[in-house]
Amino acid sequence: MTTTSLVRPVPLPHGRYRTSGVLRSEWTKLRSVRSTTWSLLAMVVISIGIGILATSTEAARWSQATLTDRLTFDPVSLSLTGLLFAQLAIGVLGVLVISAEYGTGSIRATFSAVPNRPLVLAAKALVFGVVALVVSEVVSFAAFFIGQAILTGSAPHATLSQPGVLRAVIGSGLYLTILGLFALGIGAILRHTAGAISVFVAILLVAPLILQALPEFIRDRVAKFLPANIGVTIISTSPNPEQAQAHPFPAWVGLGVLAAYALAALLIGGWLMLRRDA
Amino acid sequence: MIEARGLTKRYGDTLAVDDLSFDVPPGVVTGFLGPNGSGKSTTMRMIMGLDKPTAGHATINGRRFGHLPWPLREVGALLEAKSIHPGRSAYNHLWSLALTNDIPKGRVDEVLELVGLSSVAKKRAGKFSLGMGQRLGIAAALLGDPGVLLFDEPVNGLDPEGIRWVRMLLRSLAAEGRTVFVSSHLMSEMAITADHLVVVGRGRLIADTSVPEFIAKSSRQSVRVLCPRADALCGALTGAGATVAREDDGALVVTGMEAAGIGELAAAHQLPLHELTPQTASLEEAFMELTAGAVEFHGETLPPYAEAVAGQEPPWQQEAAS
Repeated sequence: MTTTSLVRPVPLPHGRYRTSGVLRSEWTKLRSVRSTTWSLLAMVVISIGIGILATSTEAARWSQATLTDRLTFDPVSLSLTGLLFAQLAIGVLGVLVISAEYGTGSIRATFSAVPNRPLVLAAKALVFGVVALVVSEVVSFAAFFIGQAILTGSAPHATLSQPGVLRAVIGSGLYLTILGLFALGIGAILRHTAGAISVFVAILLVAPLILQALPEFIRDRVAKFLPANIGVTIISTSPNPEQAQAHPFPAWVGLGVLAAYALAALLIGGWLMLRRDA
Repeated sequence: MIEARGLTKRYGDTLAVDDLSFDVPPGVVTGFLGPNGSGKSTTMRMIMGLDKPTAGHATINGRRFGHLPWPLREVGALLEAKSIHPGRSAYNHLWSLALTNDIPKGRVDEVLELVGLSSVAKKRAGKFSLGMGQRLGIAAALLGDPGVLLFDEPVNGLDPEGIRWVRMLLRSLAAEGRTVFVSSHLMSEMAITADHLVVVGRGRLIADTSVPEFIAKSSRQSVRVLCPRADALCGALTGAGATVAREDDGALVVTGMEAAGIGELAAAHQLPLHELTPQTASLEEAFMELTAGAVEFHGETLPPYAEAVAGQEPPWQQEAAS
């Protein structure tokens, strides 16, 4: 035994720990807990299930539909309605990706292996973002095709080549992904699962209700900034969907606004991670 | 090698760790001893870069934790039993950690084998008993085969066999030249395991010394003497400058004179002795004596509600008795 091996039993490899290793670690963590499978499964079942329900109901009653109903009918948004319910599932998963580490104490093991905390959060966001994007897009396309197949024959249906349709379908998947990342940012800020999910639900579902109680001129200015309303715009092909929004953001602008929320939440979360004790 | 310099941690008005400076050298087991709530865990978390010191700093092999190029390969820590996601299997927990520091897959199997968890490696960690969780934490600490190891109360929740196993593990890790820093609130445990002691009370350094030195310094050596003519012996002893106390069974407890001196004195006075037993205060007693002023909740400062009920039986016990 040499003198050096007395101090450090195994010589260290050159360089230092790498981002690729941290990414692979976060991927292993994400796929090795049941909450991931359950949340994603819930997302698939809710999105496609509600899409099937909505389109079959419409297909059955189309012959009795009024003229107004027929004029405002949007087969695309109808088939994608389920995704607006699935946003809760992706939000819960986004929160859990970080809050579960704090809740269980495993964050201490994580930081003991990777002291660079912003890197940990960035790796989580990237890995979760890619998984969420793949699943969301698959779900979005599946809900669209199944929905249109149900409508075909009894009611008007859409195809991807029609104007705005491909944008709505791809945009819906993006919407869910960015919303999930927003939830991850909220989780990083609050660190508590229940608290973060409550805040997420409040922003998504409670804020529109509060807005309803406010005077119209405020409502018209603020409504378009709410994530839920951005979502409603994205799943539709018509510029002004059924929900009363005076001046909604165009779909891509809306996604940009949502992405800004997500980025802001993640940056604040990362900054707090640096400041706070683990 | 761990070096702490002026480590201080303040939570609001409470000073949890107060200007701690000490070295933890390689090759020996260094015990980190102090009553519960004396700042041991906080100190260890500060060494591991998890908590930010209010003042001062700690280094591992000369570097701050955050600057280590391969953290897991340089320092391993068992901080609390619960640093594990209960929904993840032991194997995946270790594998996700190994990936960050380029530690090969085979090492995961190796440490699982070492702590005896191979057969339950694929089970969710939430199903583990306290002792199994503790062993998984030890496996995680050893994962990177690091030269510096921190263990916060490692024998918590272990059965006697497990405690013996941990003790041997710590000693053999130190024998390999590693730096081993292990905290405990149990003096008796440290007496068997540690070579060196860093003793804290209320966040302050009380002693930084070897185990035998610690006992010698902080405990009074005494001799128990049984003599049928106790009064005569007592007079002779005090006359020779020793201090004598009487025990309930009539024995004398002599301090300030060694057993040989007492025996010779008794012979010179022609006093028969029935017993002559040198007594060393146990390490536990030495520890209690040293930290007596440094225990967080001291008997003399009982809160009013505790004084109000002192000496009274709780009502549920009375009910049970009647």
